[in-house]
Amino acid sequence: MSRAKWRLNPLVAVLAALAALFFIFPLVGLVTGAPWGHITSVITSQTALQALELSIIASLASTAIALAFGFPLAWLLARGQFPGRGLLRGLTTLPMVLPPVVGGIALLLAYGRRGFIGRPLASATGVTLPFSLAGVVVAESFVAMPFFVITVESGLRSMNRRLEDAARSLGASRRTVFLRVTLPLIWPSLAAGLVLTWARALGEFGATITFAGNLPGVTQTMPLAIYISQSSNMTDEAIALSLILVVVSLVVMVFRRDRSGAQ
Amino acid sequence: MLDADIQLRLSRLSLDVAFSVAAGEVLALLGPNASGKSTTLRALVGLLPLDGGRVVLDGTVLEDPAERVKVAPEKRPIALMFQDYLLFPHLSAVENVAFGLRCRGTDKRTAREKASQALARLDLEAVAEARPGSMSGGQQQRVAMARALVTDPKLLLLDEPLAALDVSIKTSVRRLLRDALRQSNAANILVTHDLLDAVALGDRMMVIEDGAVVQTGTPAEVTARPRSTYVADLTGVNLLRGTGHGTVLDLGDDGRLTCASPVAGPTFAVIAPAALAVSRERPEGEEANTWRGSVSAVDLMGDRVRVRIDGTPAITAEVPPAAVDHLKLDEGGDLWVRLSPAAITTYPQ
Repeated sequence: MSRAKWRLNPLVAVLAALAALFFIFPLVGLVTGAPWGHITSVITSQTALQALELSIIASLASTAIALAFGFPLAWLLARGQFPGRGLLRGLTTLPMVLPPVVGGIALLLAYGRRGFIGRPLASATGVTLPFSLAGVVVAESFVAMPFFVITVESGLRSMNRRLEDAARSLGASRRTVFLRVTLPLIWPSLAAGLVLTWARALGEFGATITFAGNLPGVTQTMPLAIYISQSSNMTDEAIALSLILVVVSLVVMVFRRDRSGAQ
Repeated sequence: MLDADIQLRLSRLSLDVAFSVAAGEVLALLGPNASGKSTTLRALVGLLPLDGGRVVLDGTVLEDPAERVKVAPEKRPIALMFQDYLLFPHLSAVENVAFGLRCRGTDKRTAREKASQALARLDLEAVAEARPGSMSGGQQQRVAMARALVTDPKLLLLDEPLAALDVSIKTSVRRLLRDALRQSNAANILVTHDLLDAVALGDRMMVIEDGAVVQTGTPAEVTARPRSTYVADLTGVNLLRGTGHGTVLDLGDDGRLTCASPVAGPTFAVIAPAALAVSRERPEGEEANTWRGSVSAVDLMGDRVRVRIDGTPAITAEVPPAAVDHLKLDEGGDLWVRLSPAAITTYPQ
């Protein structure tokens, strides 16, 4: 299909350039403001390394949880036929628009030491979630999993389900249909969902600090460490840690764009 | 050999059809939209469970709700070619064709070999490694054909296999399909909207309407003596229903016609549009089979013009294009219609 020669509308160009600069300037600020002289020592400090390790462990664990539990939920929302499906979707994706602090308080009331789930859980198994790494994972999952659910659900909805019929008519069992047809067809949505979820979990702040607290080496993830540094006037450290998060996120986003662009 | 008795109640359709197809035979299944053609195929494949009836293929009961027998779709030796092909977009042509073989237990290498050969037979070597998205419609159609044929099914179902094709390649693909069907030992069912497909490819025709069989027979029998308005419209003739008394065919509220020979009881009457004479003035002489009606539609069909005339009965006449001008058909108004009794073909309902 041939298109008419592309011409740039000056108004579009100016507004688009302003939008791009709006995103680029803060990054420039981070890069130019970084304590390049002693950045190695800041980055390799125990606080920084512990926070980075916790962040990566917790965000990957949350992503795994999203895959294990969020996929069946997305499947049910996309394929299930039952009353109240819309309500269920609304309830399970509410954390996407809820302020994370509110999420943290809600989590405390349900799964906290005195929560109506947390108290019986503690007395039955001795496990308490708040102020533990598990608590961090719970907080991040609560906030991030909805992104996975909604992305995979829309992927399942937009695929042509008659291709599954075609596979069945060719002799494929339900299992084979899922593995050889459904999964490859929704793979772009699945991958996008995983990346979004992981990125959201990595940056989680409000629900984590409310539900899991801010214990260095136990629940202090990168965003928490950055906030503490910044508010205790250790600006150099805050900037250096921020830069690490920027680099990690940027690598993932660029990698993802290339992959989806190739499809 | 397929013996099918399919009873299914869906929200918009109640399907109740029974038929047999011999091995090597092609049954052309015709009917208007939503008459139950595709539903019949989906039921045979096992994608829609039957409410009643029985499906037996080569002596094996595939489904019998009364006996609680239902062979899973993937266990049935049936192949279905879909109207929109439904090729897997993430697989190459050869992988698409090999899919069915792999699912039915053929090892990977043999499956690929067989798939390549099947593609080669349809002149598709060049696109074997291409994905459906980068193929032309005609190539996709042939890949779908290869995918359906390669598993050597005992029952081959083709759901409007030529409908999505460009007119320019339809004829050559139809020939290709006819050759493939001739070589197969399967029982074949071809769903189509196109009378030409049914006549060219079908050994027998079955017409269904509103989920019920209205007519079966050879293409020649069905087209010569249509028993449904749908088939009459396809062949372009007028079909009237009436009751015979002597040489008079009583059409009820639609008036009466005089036939050349006696007719008795419920009767179909077929009238070729070209057999009708139309004029603005009342024709002189003959009284029988002369009536007046108003022009409701004028359509050009090739080098003939078809005029729909509302009257008792309403009828379609065919006139040469010059008549549009000298009869001023585009102005509408009333026309006189005259029909020779000898031009009416009658047969019992």
